[in-house]
Amino acid sequence: MRAVIAEDSVLLRIGLVKVLETAGFEVVAEVDDAEALLAAVAEHRPDIAVVDVRMPPGFTDEGVRAALVIRRQWPGVAVLLLSQYVEERYAADLLSANTDGVGYLLKQRVADVEEFIDALRRVADGGTALDPQVVSQLLVRRHSDPLDRLTRREREVLELMAGGRSNAGIAGQLVVSESAVAKHINSILAKLDLPKADADHRRVLAVLRFLGVA
Amino acid sequence: MRIPTACRRHLQGAGGAAAFAAAGILNQYVFVCVMAVPWIAYVPSSTVDILLAIALPLPFVAVASPMLTAGQRRRFRRMRGVDIPRLPPRERAPEGVGRRGALWRRVLGWLRSRATVRELRYHLLLGPAVAFGGLLTLVTGFVSLVAATIYLWIWVLPLHWRLSWHGYSTDAAYITAAGTAALLGTAWLIGALARLDTRNAVALLGPSREERLARRVEDLTESRAGVVDAADEERRRIERDLHDGAQQRLVSMAVNLGLARATLGDRLSDEARAVIDEAHREAKEAIAELSNLVRGLHPAVLEDRGLDAALSGIAARAPLPVRLRVELPARPSATIEAVAYFVVSEALANVVKHAQAAEATVTVERFGARLLVVIADDGVGGADPAAGTGLAGLAKRVASVDGTFSVSSPPGGPTIVTVELPCAL
Repeated sequence: MRAVIAEDSVLLRIGLVKVLETAGFEVVAEVDDAEALLAAVAEHRPDIAVVDVRMPPGFTDEGVRAALVIRRQWPGVAVLLLSQYVEERYAADLLSANTDGVGYLLKQRVADVEEFIDALRRVADGGTALDPQVVSQLLVRRHSDPLDRLTRREREVLELMAGGRSNAGIAGQLVVSESAVAKHINSILAKLDLPKADADHRRVLAVLRFLGVA
Repeated sequence: MRIPTACRRHLQGAGGAAAFAAAGILNQYVFVCVMAVPWIAYVPSSTVDILLAIALPLPFVAVASPMLTAGQRRRFRRMRGVDIPRLPPRERAPEGVGRRGALWRRVLGWLRSRATVRELRYHLLLGPAVAFGGLLTLVTGFVSLVAATIYLWIWVLPLHWRLSWHGYSTDAAYITAAGTAALLGTAWLIGALARLDTRNAVALLGPSREERLARRVEDLTESRAGVVDAADEERRRIERDLHDGAQQRLVSMAVNLGLARATLGDRLSDEARAVIDEAHREAKEAIAELSNLVRGLHPAVLEDRGLDAALSGIAARAPLPVRLRVELPARPSATIEAVAYFVVSEALANVVKHAQAAEATVTVERFGARLLVVIADDGVGGADPAAGTGLAGLAKRVASVDGTFSVSSPPGGPTIVTVELPCAL
């Protein structure tokens, strides 16, 4: 798999290259601003772009805007955003179009190399990876809505679903059986009044509702 | 003859004061002379005449008054070392008369302004009165001086003058004594008059007490705002330095350690692996601690994205459920944002530490030119800002920007912290 890295901090860029190479990615370009990122993506058409949110020249949300352009112009390129802090609106912007091949993680998660590699592969394969902090911050916004009806366990399951985990992944994380996870998910879908359609679609709808973007 | 030091100093001071009084007489009587012109030209006989004689020179006096004031200011500075501050223009123009009004309105307003009235009180009443006192004192002083030195004059003046004064040797001794005493008295008096004149001039020609206080308050407000802004700017600088420096290095180190753990795992002894694990964990903890520290200072998210984003970060990180509502049509100033952020951050930390609450609510709203921040919890209550908790620090930080701070926390709860911050439109 081929990857492009856009990160203006040299130290972190070197670390990212090493991590990606360890994970078996081929880093075809390393850039340090949004314009160069778009040029590199246009040239190399990588499988994934790992993008810092805050980059020159403005040091605000250049990375997010570049990511949205990439999503629109090259839908086949997965994007993993790295940020110093969590801004839910970025996550909502990114996810509102399409949840496939999108990730939003705090920079410090790179240090948890195994988990970070997991998230990288998931996103590159068209999955989703959201930082737990993004998820809990989105929860703060919820007032009285169907999510309040969920039990604590169901909420945990939904958070992990939103983070992009499979049933098996959720079961591993919570140390319960896969069938228990399936039961929780059914209960969640019922409580969120989601229409009985194909399970994957309902699953995505639940996550979107949870994130407040649907 | 040796003159005692105290006495000499007294006389020297009197010399300066006498010169000052003499200069004052010239200055003070300009207006008196102008006012007297109609009375010299003709003798007013009827009431109308008298009123006219008073009214006619007045405009001239009023217009010339600032010039005379400038002259007096110079006299006080040069001869007494007293600086009478200039008046700010607004004291000349009374309320309701702007720069755009008709000319006669402005002139009238200017004549009626409190500053002009005060100046005229000095130039026409107090000044001349003191100057008249000064004149009398100077004349008395001169006479006393002649009397105190009468023996000298007796020998200098023609002989027949002395011969015609029988018993002059005893009389002259009395005159010398009386003259010396009167001279010391007038020396004191001339000093006292100079002090009186100075006090009058400072009170009537300088800015009024209200004006001085108003200016002082303005200066203090400005300098305090400067200090608060500078402290805030300093916090932001420290945040940037930490983020660009130490934090990046720590993350890089943690990544390398994590890589070592992931790739060398099989080839290492258990001990080496344990050491790497430990180092990796410590590096991650250091990153977390540094992030916490930076968050307490002035987080980047606050600068980049504003209160809403920054507060949802603290709310999400709190170990209890926090409901957050931020409704701001526009971003307040950076300093106000920083104070509001600090308030919520500290108040929530207090809730976590002391309140034993099940949940907390944070609302930030704007009402006109006020930013209202309310932090409520359903805990045990009994919070006391006077008890030296974090609440006292909060109150101080809020007061530094002219905000108000109140806590309602009856025993048994709930606790509601309300903060109002000024927020320019």
